[in-house]
Amino acid sequence: MRIPYRPLAIGLVTLAFSALVLARAQAGDRHFFAPVADSVVKEECGSCHLAFAPSMLPARSWQRMMGELDNHFGDNASLDPATAEKITSYLVANAGDAGGQRYSSKLLKGVATGAAPQRITELPKWVSEHRKVPDWEWRHKEVRTKANCVACHTAAEQGYYEE
Amino acid sequence: MKNMLVVTSGIVAMILSTVTLAGPREDLLAQYAAAAKATGFSAARGQTLHTQNFSGGKPDTPSCTTCHGKDTRGAGRALTGKAIEPVAVSVTPTRYTDPAKVEKWFKRNCTEVLGRECTPQEKGDWLTFVIGQ
Repeated sequence: MRIPYRPLAIGLVTLAFSALVLARAQAGDRHFFAPVADSVVKEECGSCHLAFAPSMLPARSWQRMMGELDNHFGDNASLDPATAEKITSYLVANAGDAGGQRYSSKLLKGVATGAAPQRITELPKWVSEHRKVPDWEWRHKEVRTKANCVACHTAAEQGYYEE
Repeated sequence: MKNMLVVTSGIVAMILSTVTLAGPREDLLAQYAAAAKATGFSAARGQTLHTQNFSGGKPDTPSCTTCHGKDTRGAGRALTGKAIEPVAVSVTPTRYTDPAKVEKWFKRNCTEVLGRECTPQEKGDWLTFVIGQ
C-alpha cells in the first residue's frame, strides 16, 4: 500500500497550526466589542476587511478616517457623500469614547487626548496584548496582516476577541 | 413511472436552459453595449483582461487574479486576508445583480489594477466571461 505522505504532512501541519492558534485564542477571558449592526456600514466597511467594531477607536479617529477615504491605507475607498455621512454618524455614535463601551477604555488606554489613531493595531494596548505572537504567525498565509483578526479570533465577526 | 419522471424533468431542464431570462446582468450588458457602441462582447477577451498583468496600477495588485485567484470558481483573497466569493456566476449566482455595486467595484478595482477606469467594452467582455464561468 502506498501511503500518501505529502497530503498527510500538509494536513498535519495545518492541524498543528490551527491547534496552536486556537489554544492561544481561547485562553483568558472574553473581550467583547459589539460588531457593526448597520447593514450599510457592514457592506461598505466589511467588503475588503472585517467591519471593525466602532468601539475600537475614538470618535475623532473615525472622523479623520472618513475624511480621508480617497487614501484609505493606500487605497481609494471613496464613497458618495450621503453614504459617507451615514457611516460617519454610525461610527461616531458607537465609538470607543462614546460611553457605555465596556472594554474600550482599556483598549484606548495610553492614547493621547486629541490623538486620532488610524490603526487599531497600533494602539498601545493592542500592541502589548499581541506581544507574544511570533513573527512567523503574522506572516502565515492564512493571516497575512495584523488587520485579519478572524484568522486567530474565530468569533471576531460576532464581537468576541478572546485573549 | 420512475423513467417517466426522469424524461419529464429532462425535458423541463432543456426548455429552461434555452430560455434566457432578461435579468439585471443582461440589462447591464445592454447598457455597456450601448455605451461602447459594441457589436458584441467576447468571453475570451474578458478572460485575457482577467488574467493579464498590468503595470499602470498599484504594484501589489498587477492583475485581477492577484486577489480573485486563478480559478474563477474558487474563492479569492484580498490583500487584507479576507476571502472573496468566487467571481463565477455558476458558483455565486447572486453576483452582478446589483448594477450600482457592479459599477462601484469596476471603478475601484480597475483603478487599482489598470491605473484607470475600465471601458464599457472591457466591462462587457469581463462580465460575459464570468457569466459563462
